[in-house]
Amino acid sequence: MSAVADVRPEIEVVERPKTGLLLRMLQFSIRNPLGAAGALVIVIMFVMALLADFIAPYDPVANAFDRLHQPPSAENWFGTDQFGRDVFSRIVYGARTALLVGFVSSVVGATIGLVLGVASAYFGGRVDLIFQRVLDIFMAFPLIIMALAVIAIFGTGAQNVIIAITIPFIPRCARVVRSAALSIRELPYIDAARANGFSHSRIILRHMVPNVMAPFLIMITAFVGQAILLEASLSYLGLGVQEPTPAWGLMLQGGAEEYAESAPWIAIFPGIAISLAVFGFSLFGDAVRDELDPKLRSQ
Amino acid sequence: MSMAPATPAEMSEAGAPPPQAGAATAPRQRLADAPTLITVRNLKMHFPVTEGALFPRLVGQVKAVDGISFAIRKGETLGLVGESGCGKTTTGRCILRLEHATGGEILFDGKNLIDLDRKSMNALRRKIQVIFQDPYSSLNPRMKIGDIIAEPMLVHGTEPDKAARDARVMELLRLCGLDPRFADRFPHEMSGGQRQRVGIARALSVRPEFIICDEAISALDVSIQAQIINLLEDLREQFGLTYLFIAHDLSVVRHLCHRVAVMYLGKIVEMADCDELYGNPLHPYTQALLAAVPIPDPEIEKTRAHHIVKGEVPSPINPPSGCVFHPRCPSAVAECSKSVPEFREVKPGHFVACSVI
Repeated sequence: MSAVADVRPEIEVVERPKTGLLLRMLQFSIRNPLGAAGALVIVIMFVMALLADFIAPYDPVANAFDRLHQPPSAENWFGTDQFGRDVFSRIVYGARTALLVGFVSSVVGATIGLVLGVASAYFGGRVDLIFQRVLDIFMAFPLIIMALAVIAIFGTGAQNVIIAITIPFIPRCARVVRSAALSIRELPYIDAARANGFSHSRIILRHMVPNVMAPFLIMITAFVGQAILLEASLSYLGLGVQEPTPAWGLMLQGGAEEYAESAPWIAIFPGIAISLAVFGFSLFGDAVRDELDPKLRSQ
Repeated sequence: MSMAPATPAEMSEAGAPPPQAGAATAPRQRLADAPTLITVRNLKMHFPVTEGALFPRLVGQVKAVDGISFAIRKGETLGLVGESGCGKTTTGRCILRLEHATGGEILFDGKNLIDLDRKSMNALRRKIQVIFQDPYSSLNPRMKIGDIIAEPMLVHGTEPDKAARDARVMELLRLCGLDPRFADRFPHEMSGGQRQRVGIARALSVRPEFIICDEAISALDVSIQAQIINLLEDLREQFGLTYLFIAHDLSVVRHLCHRVAVMYLGKIVEMADCDELYGNPLHPYTQALLAAVPIPDPEIEKTRAHHIVKGEVPSPINPPSGCVFHPRCPSAVAECSKSVPEFREVKPGHFVACSVI
């Protein structure tokens, strides 16, 4: 054995230079300007959410009855609402609610869907058949109807909104991930793992899950935008986040119903915030798909 | 990605023609006295063909492997050759228990692998390893080379200590002719030949006794094939390995194997020592296969007789009656379509399934 160790290996490693993060970000922006615009919106949302205390000029929940329905001005950039609260401050704080609900529900929902989808593909046969039919039942309900049903069971509040949005995401992610996992299951490296007697959980978690990360990440970015929209819809219906918490859907509801003509800024600005956020996430999601799916990549 | 500059040894190897039939023969040890390592008896793998998703009903069977028998002695290499779809890969998968065989026996270590429970089978899996055809899809693209090689050791507990495991990974990489620094690389950073070496290192990691090479060199360039063949031969001698070498390239099989079994439509039609089979093929199918190997000399190639087998391989769902080869056989008689020929020993060590001979 030692004789072998002394021999110079036939094939040696060739080092490659590493590209810097900044350079890669620049390359990404040139390659995909729309995706970069989406990323910019997301970054702005994150900055607003994290630094809300420093950015917002006013307390988002403090009423000021001497300043009701003020139009946009130098003091109140986006005007004030029916309780005299600063609309700009509430939008800045609303980013927190939107991102919290959006990210938690999509990451949790997609992760549960990921494990269930891969397991369903791995075991195959009857397990897969029954599981897919159960998913079909869940998928038969539109997102909002499913979310409403969950709210009807658990009640309103931020935590229940997250649960209500998470549940309808699970089957959608499981379906997409399963189809990717089905093709991976037939690859020789899975056979190699099975021929070595690896446990089911090791094969699923170490060999299959990491290889379906591309569709998983694409699903997450697509879900975040949808989740923000869904949270706004539920709040608009009065079933989501409750007053006085600053949330965009809630602000839209307060403004649109009574003051659409007399004080339109109350509804317009949160409406723009919701649209921009959803638009930004879907642009970024498309860019992520292009980057991660080698078949779509043009290089 | 550029490959490291080839060493002089490699260059000459790359420039040399592929191993020719008969040109280079490996030193063959006396294997007659060696104990039998694995015995396959009347192995059958019939895949059901079903219709209907919810309540499937059987409409037929694909007889991928239909009653084959062979034994491999310790230290021996048995070549399993045949056209694609003849069941040679399925035979390998049955031994690995990737497929659950329909019938027969696979005896290894005194145990029948076919009806072994999951736990005892997993204990035996350490001793039976596999090298796959496609070096690109046989390595998990998300794992580093070092982790790929270390994983079987971790699962089988052969090297419970992390440092010892790392050292063994380095040793295995060197053994397979790779720089140990490849351990930190991902598979996509390597070439096909390098990846195949990783596949071999993974198979060797748990010190197996028996390795199934499932078309292990078919997907490689001719020059790389020669390197991998030499590596496999060196490893066999160094560790006393036993190979089941599944291939369709007859010249490679002649170079590497001690005995050869020829499969056709799920059955072994002829099995003999390598020199005997190539020098004195008895079954019409083997004769046709060997006649199809081109001779790299246009003068000889022009003058020699070509027996091209007519027709296509019949469907294994509905194989021909009697001898499965009779519709394509040049020397078939009326008897051939009626009775299944017995797989008999016509000379010591030379088995043929043909009633005409």
